[in-house]
Amino acid sequence: MDVEITLRINGSARTLSVDTRTTLLDALRERLDLTGSKKGCDHGQCGACTVLIDGRRANSCLALAIAHQDAEITTIEGLADGERLHPMQASFIEHDAFQCGYCTPGQICSAVAMLREVEQGWPSWVTDDVAADRVTLDDDEIRERMSGNLCRCAAYANIVPAIAQVAAT
Amino acid sequence: MNPFRYERANDAQGAVATLARETNGAFLGGGTNLVDLMKLGVATPELLVDVARLPYDDIEELPGGGVRIGAAVKNSVLAANPLIRKRYPLLSRALLSGASGQLRNLATTGGNLLQRTRCLYFQDVTKPCNKRRPGSGCPAREGYHRNLAILGASEHCIATHPSDMAVAMIALDALVRVEGPSGERTIPLTEFYRLPGDTPQRDTVLEHGELITAVDVPALPFATRSTYEKVRDRASYAFALVSVAAALDVEGGTVRDVRLALGGVAHRPWRATRAEDVLRGAPANAETFAHAADAELAAAQPLRDNAFKVTLAKRVIARALTDLAERAQ
Repeated sequence: MDVEITLRINGSARTLSVDTRTTLLDALRERLDLTGSKKGCDHGQCGACTVLIDGRRANSCLALAIAHQDAEITTIEGLADGERLHPMQASFIEHDAFQCGYCTPGQICSAVAMLREVEQGWPSWVTDDVAADRVTLDDDEIRERMSGNLCRCAAYANIVPAIAQVAAT
Repeated sequence: MNPFRYERANDAQGAVATLARETNGAFLGGGTNLVDLMKLGVATPELLVDVARLPYDDIEELPGGGVRIGAAVKNSVLAANPLIRKRYPLLSRALLSGASGQLRNLATTGGNLLQRTRCLYFQDVTKPCNKRRPGSGCPAREGYHRNLAILGASEHCIATHPSDMAVAMIALDALVRVEGPSGERTIPLTEFYRLPGDTPQRDTVLEHGELITAVDVPALPFATRSTYEKVRDRASYAFALVSVAAALDVEGGTVRDVRLALGGVAHRPWRATRAEDVLRGAPANAETFAHAADAELAAAQPLRDNAFKVTLAKRVIARALTDLAERAQ
């Protein structure tokens, strides 16, 4: 059944009529011409659909559009500052951190939000002491924290240093 | 996906009243499991009552040293909370071992408790499944079951509960606070989940329309020395084959107190009371830990392809307890 909803995406309010079943991913791709977010598995298992909801990374394929009307949503299209790439985008290019590129928007959105989690001191499964105030972001930490983003081309060997470089600056 | 109506609740009473009027309806939290099950055709609610924005997103200290966790608190926020990390590291670790960063940012505390089994037959509507379609049979007994239950199963269902968080919470004697059509009640987590028996379609003792509002974790001073260990088919982002939540209180080489629970082995998070009984008052050494693990797994009834879990569970119990005992020295 159709309902009118308003989504706030990359700083703009967009009003549209959707079926209640519409996921945020389908609203972005099929209705709002924001095709940067990709549909891989459509079951929350691959991370290709990752967007930022109120600054936090989330799988847009499992988020119902109607349930996220009061959130600030950022997609890969909203990361760059005009023609100036986001540092994570630039680092992925510099490190050749992709092959086919299908998972890349999700990888980049995920990595941007992941670094904020690290800044806030969030521990991970591989953090030795979860009670410690600070996290040392080594390669094992990056791999664990990025495990929700699969790369079928297995560009991980370049994705990890691409992220590490941004983390170090 | 079946069509459904969507309503956003303003308060718990309203949410409960709205759902109580629709027998084929469900509460929507983060949606990470429910929306997926709706896509698969496993869940077919005609009404979703969105409770994700109800004012249950606080983590607060209780008098006496416990913590109250609102049902809408995201899994990621709970895992990162300083109180939880310091007082209950096993709970933080359990949460961090589950799913992915993206999913933990959506998933709620209440929803995590109520997630459904990932048994392949339950998730595949072309197959029989007593949990999804009561009386249709359980192909898992003869089919793919290396990930399924070794304890407490029935001829009707050998599903395992998938939550990591709930394993840590059951070890901590957590209490589930519920608002329902006939008022509020508090259910110990040890009594919240059911064994499958001949009604595997029911995972918990919740009645239709009952809404989880919070989880209370009582004080347990020695839980500062606790851990969650998880063994799975890949290093990250996978459900447990076996997991162990443990807190150990050792003084002068003797186990003064202990909390132990297993994940991935049964229809519910498995509180290991037999092992705990062996451990209390015994020397904190390898022999005791092996004896305790044997006592807990004595009742195991593995199938053709999951007998490895019996040995695995014993070893993970021993490893977790050994690590904690070494830290006590």
